[in-house]
Amino acid sequence: MSDPVLSVRDLSTHFFTRAGVLKAVNGVSFDLARGEIMGLVGESGSGKTVTGFSLLGLVDAPGRIVEGSITLNGVELTTLSEAELRARRGREISMIFQDPIATLNPMLTIGQQIKLAIDAHERVSPRAAQARATELLTQVGIPSAAARLRAYPHEFSGGMRQRVAIAIALLHRPSVLVADEPTTALDVSIQAQILAQMRDLARETGTAMVWISHDLAVVSSLASKLAVMYAGRIVEAGPTARLLRDPHHPYTAGLIASLPAMAKPGAPLNQIAGSTPSLLSLPQGCPFAPRCTHASRQCTTDPDMTQQGDRQWRCFHPLGQTAKEPA
Amino acid sequence: MLGFIIQRFLQAVLVMAAMSVIVFGGIYAIGNPVDIVIPPEATQEIREQTIQRLGLDRPLYEQYLIFMGNLLQGDLGRSFVYNIPVLELIGGRLPATLELVLISVISATVLGVSLGIYAGYRPDSWVSKTIMAVSVLGFSVPSFWVGLILILFFAVNLGWLPAGGRGNTVEIWGVAWSFPTLDGLSHIVLPAINLALFKLAMMIRLARAGTREIMLTDTVKFARAAGLSEGTILRRHLLKLISIPIITVFGLELGSTLAFAVVTETIFSWPGVGKLIIDSIAVLDRPVMVAYLILVAFLFVTINFVIDLVFALIDPRVRHGAAT
Repeated sequence: MSDPVLSVRDLSTHFFTRAGVLKAVNGVSFDLARGEIMGLVGESGSGKTVTGFSLLGLVDAPGRIVEGSITLNGVELTTLSEAELRARRGREISMIFQDPIATLNPMLTIGQQIKLAIDAHERVSPRAAQARATELLTQVGIPSAAARLRAYPHEFSGGMRQRVAIAIALLHRPSVLVADEPTTALDVSIQAQILAQMRDLARETGTAMVWISHDLAVVSSLASKLAVMYAGRIVEAGPTARLLRDPHHPYTAGLIASLPAMAKPGAPLNQIAGSTPSLLSLPQGCPFAPRCTHASRQCTTDPDMTQQGDRQWRCFHPLGQTAKEPA
Repeated sequence: MLGFIIQRFLQAVLVMAAMSVIVFGGIYAIGNPVDIVIPPEATQEIREQTIQRLGLDRPLYEQYLIFMGNLLQGDLGRSFVYNIPVLELIGGRLPATLELVLISVISATVLGVSLGIYAGYRPDSWVSKTIMAVSVLGFSVPSFWVGLILILFFAVNLGWLPAGGRGNTVEIWGVAWSFPTLDGLSHIVLPAINLALFKLAMMIRLARAGTREIMLTDTVKFARAAGLSEGTILRRHLLKLISIPIITVFGLELGSTLAFAVVTETIFSWPGVGKLIIDSIAVLDRPVMVAYLILVAFLFVTINFVIDLVFALIDPRVRHGAAT
């Protein structure tokens, strides 16, 4: 396997609020190879989005990265200055968001917004910029792109706006794209189109993706590997197909069981009992223990990450692994 | 776009027509003006002649129609007191108010928006906290008192700036202006500061609130993620996004200050229209009052019309009549 384009080690991002220290991301590690798509899955408040913003160095005050390292194309990002980070944002790593209505500026034309993103990293003539913008919009599937450059965001549908945002994010062919639930706000048929397109684009441009989602079904159709987050930690990671077929962490198993498709028609939907713990006061030991049916006394201490082949889990009582469970 | 302009224009005409009725009716209700036009010892004959000459014996609607007929021909009547056409009287005073108000409102807006953006961008710095403290002061201290203190401090104690009047003026297009001469400019400074203080405070608040809100939106996060510099984000994204309320308030303030800079003009004995209207009310110079109110209404309608056009120019959603 080649060197990873993105390597995250023990990343911790905390928010220093008046109510206390909020540990949004708490020791997250993963690697991403060129062109690889990783799904980052978890409930709301599990730290997925903050992880994404941390990768770009865009954590808003009162939050900051307190620990860990992020290496992008061999360069350590956490020690870079703001100017050096900015030079990498959009060119080596970029991000798209959930709500395409909120991301584009309603008062600038699509062409102007693409031009701003080009100008952020390159000096090109207006003509060349226009040609580039047209090509890009065509690439993400916007018909009669040249004419649409003069249009404003409100003249586009939600799906089209998201395509424009994707075009802007991929403008400089970044090594890594962080996609924060980009299809959640779209209707299902558009969602499927965009997912397929993103997968093709990733393949063509070699852009690796961190695909953040709370929706296992969406991610599993796209990502070659998954990382499941719970309360600021990755609790399980591994290749998508095997992780879904044979989850080791009880939380992952709960997530899979609660997929609507898994329930019998007419029967009540499965759900994981309880709710996510407050990130301000995490319980001692495994944060999932209070909701876990397998929890034991041992779970009051924090489990370490167990690595076995290309799979990882953070649990004392992994499912399907009972034979190997230590005494 | 053309439909939009026509629609707004018709609205403006309607407002003006309604305003003329209200003003005319209101002034009519004040009472008979004959007594201030003729001396108290005048004979009954002179009195009746005057009433007939002024057309006060006709029914109200006829008086109104005559007034409107003259108005449309640009004739707003003659001042009872100065006995010159009202338009000439107001026209002679307007430049003084115009230059004072434009200078103060524009500088208040430019300075206020810049300070407000800074205060919204770095809300926790001590500079921002100082800016906000000053803006509270600008809101809460009464303008006449500030005017007096300015005179006391800069004109009387320090002797740096003149206390009142317009100073040397220059004729441009047959109108006297103060701002092109250094002496005239030095006369403008204190009244302009006096007028600007409240507007400055308001602009700071508006710009700060807008900036704080916009900086937290996904638009800004997305721009940052695309690698745009903070300067570009402020200039190209933020400034446009916070402009709508600022332009609205700018227009309203411009109109109301032009019309009612009375207090400042009185304190600094600035010979503008505000002082004129106060004097006219004191002596019940009716033609001046009516003409002034009509002109003020016209001013507001025009400013609002222009602002609507500006909105349409800068905000595509207004231009296209979109629902969002």
